[in-house]
Amino acid sequence: MTVEANDPGLSIAAGNGASLRPLLEWLARRAEPVAIGLVAILIGLALFSIFILVIGKSPVTLFQLMYTGGFGSWFSIQNSLSRAAPLLLTALCVALPARLGLVIIGGEGAVVLGGVAAAAAAMPFVGVVAPIVLFVFMGIAAMVIGGLWIGLAGFLRHYRGVNETISSLLLAYIAIALMNQFVEGPLRDPASLNKPSTKPLPADYMMGDIPGMDVHWGLVIGVIACIVSWVLIEVTSYGFAARIAGGNVRAAQIQGLPVGRLIVGFTAIAGGFAGLAGMIEVAAVQGSANASLAAGYGYTGILVAFLARHNPLAIIPVAVLLGGIDASGGLIQRRMGLPDATVLVLQGTLFIVILFCETFYGRFKIFNPDLWKRN
Amino acid sequence: MENGIGLWGVPLAIFAGAIRVSTPFIFVSLGETITERSGRINLGLEGTLVFGAMTAYAVAVLTGSPTLGVLAAMAAGAVFGLIHGWICKFPKVNDIAIGIAMMQFGLGMAFFLGKPFIQPVAPKLPSIPLGGWSSTPQVQAALNINVLFFIGAALALFLFWAFKNTRLGLILRVVGDSTDAARAMGINPDRVRLLATAVGGSLAAIGGAYLSLYYPGSWNEGISSGQGLMAVALVIFARWNPIGCFLAALLFGGAGALGPALQSVGVTQGYYLFYAAPYVLTLIILIMTSSPTRSLAGAPGALSLTK
Repeated sequence: MTVEANDPGLSIAAGNGASLRPLLEWLARRAEPVAIGLVAILIGLALFSIFILVIGKSPVTLFQLMYTGGFGSWFSIQNSLSRAAPLLLTALCVALPARLGLVIIGGEGAVVLGGVAAAAAAMPFVGVVAPIVLFVFMGIAAMVIGGLWIGLAGFLRHYRGVNETISSLLLAYIAIALMNQFVEGPLRDPASLNKPSTKPLPADYMMGDIPGMDVHWGLVIGVIACIVSWVLIEVTSYGFAARIAGGNVRAAQIQGLPVGRLIVGFTAIAGGFAGLAGMIEVAAVQGSANASLAAGYGYTGILVAFLARHNPLAIIPVAVLLGGIDASGGLIQRRMGLPDATVLVLQGTLFIVILFCETFYGRFKIFNPDLWKRN
Repeated sequence: MENGIGLWGVPLAIFAGAIRVSTPFIFVSLGETITERSGRINLGLEGTLVFGAMTAYAVAVLTGSPTLGVLAAMAAGAVFGLIHGWICKFPKVNDIAIGIAMMQFGLGMAFFLGKPFIQPVAPKLPSIPLGGWSSTPQVQAALNINVLFFIGAALALFLFWAFKNTRLGLILRVVGDSTDAARAMGINPDRVRLLATAVGGSLAAIGGAYLSLYYPGSWNEGISSGQGLMAVALVIFARWNPIGCFLAALLFGGAGALGPALQSVGVTQGYYLFYAAPYVLTLIILIMTSSPTRSLAGAPGALSLTK
């Protein structure tokens, strides 16, 4: 995981507006991830097209359906945005620790436990407090549990040297088992027969939609979380310290930076966001906590974060893009007779190609800011 | 419920379960040991395992031969390993991240191509009935052991010997301990790692084949419960020692059999918590064996996992 030391503010200020060079320098630096990212997506789509051709279907039809299903109409755009909402939060669960050089892939665990915690926290207060207060309680409960869960992976990493990638994934399996235990045991609503669930929230205690749209408030919460994360990483001194620690732990320790607290803090915030995704799933979509919480948002979030190169603002468009791909899955299944796993194959292909294309960074002179300095 | 042997059924079921559940762990962890000994980590073995399970099942359905199914799974697993190994040789590519991507890709491909094979029934892999001396059906069932278990045990012994005593074993360890030393000796580290990852993938796919062709013996999208991932942790616990892998796999198999064993004697409370036992055990073992200050004893020097 590399830390980019790009600060547009500095390079623009240095140019005094008189010369284009600083702007070109800044553009060169900024264009590299965008250009390489786009080329990676094109290569990925090309490989996926070959696969679709091999199994005897038309990639053109497939991409057309993908566009129609994801972004072709106001209805499908709203569908994509709804699906993007949890991805924004689960992607942050990967991106924030990644800036410290950690690879956390167990966000799914924080999502399911966050959902259960939110549902449990809501129970005594339904009908007692106003809905907005209830959402605050639910959100706090979900963020605390999610934060503890992923924070534990960060804690074990720093203080016990346990690999955080493996521990976070193990914690995700444990979390799903715990969720099943709670939902089928102490928190089960006796009325839920076929699909064990917690007691559903009454309709007037559901989170509802953004006015004028068929998209729930989770999208707004997710976007705010991304902006807050961007500020945390790019503006605050904590973020600066985290980026130093992500670049070189030894150097950060020698500088006296509290690496341990940074790691635990960032992983806890990351887990808090993933937990919030679970709370939104309960308060805005399902109405109760049940096995549907483990819908794979945590895993798609990994892809979103890597595609966005762990930049919280870039997560927003990438999450919408993947939400759209996700939303088009049903249409592809119905119209082309392809299995629902088609979307997974496409995501996996894109993921591999994008990581492969990391090797192209620094290979092209046109993106080298020094080139523009010298001219 | 008790069928005459009473609570003795629990240890017996755990013993039988340890052998039955451990076989995939043995193969995946031995495969990962080979890969990691070459200095690279393949986190994508979960995807390889599931793809191997699908391939084995599909080929067994189509040809009627479970053996051909296992061989096909091995070939598919090797291809997955080759992709991983080839991509990782490029500079700036992170092997852990590629592993995660390969996992998602492998799962997606397996679910995609495996869709038509969920319904048909494939012939099972043969097992050897070693319990003929006993008249208790539970004992006979427990000692009905699959061929792959014995192959896995033999492979663990062979690898333990081969790492120390063969030219190939030495080359693998040199590459894993120091890329520079290997280059100085005229060895191409990328090629060794490529082959080590391919062999690792092919062994992981055998683990998958065991799942779909013997126990539980069907193909569906929930066939694996994370064995491919736990195996990575298991290799750390076993200190990259093949015999350690074999023993750790038995331990994990026993933990995995705990829930069903207790259920069989009527303990139904907290079923899901027992189901989590292998993951909890893995985590505890990782916590106990890791250290923040020193690198792990026996760890290959060039491995990114332990740095």
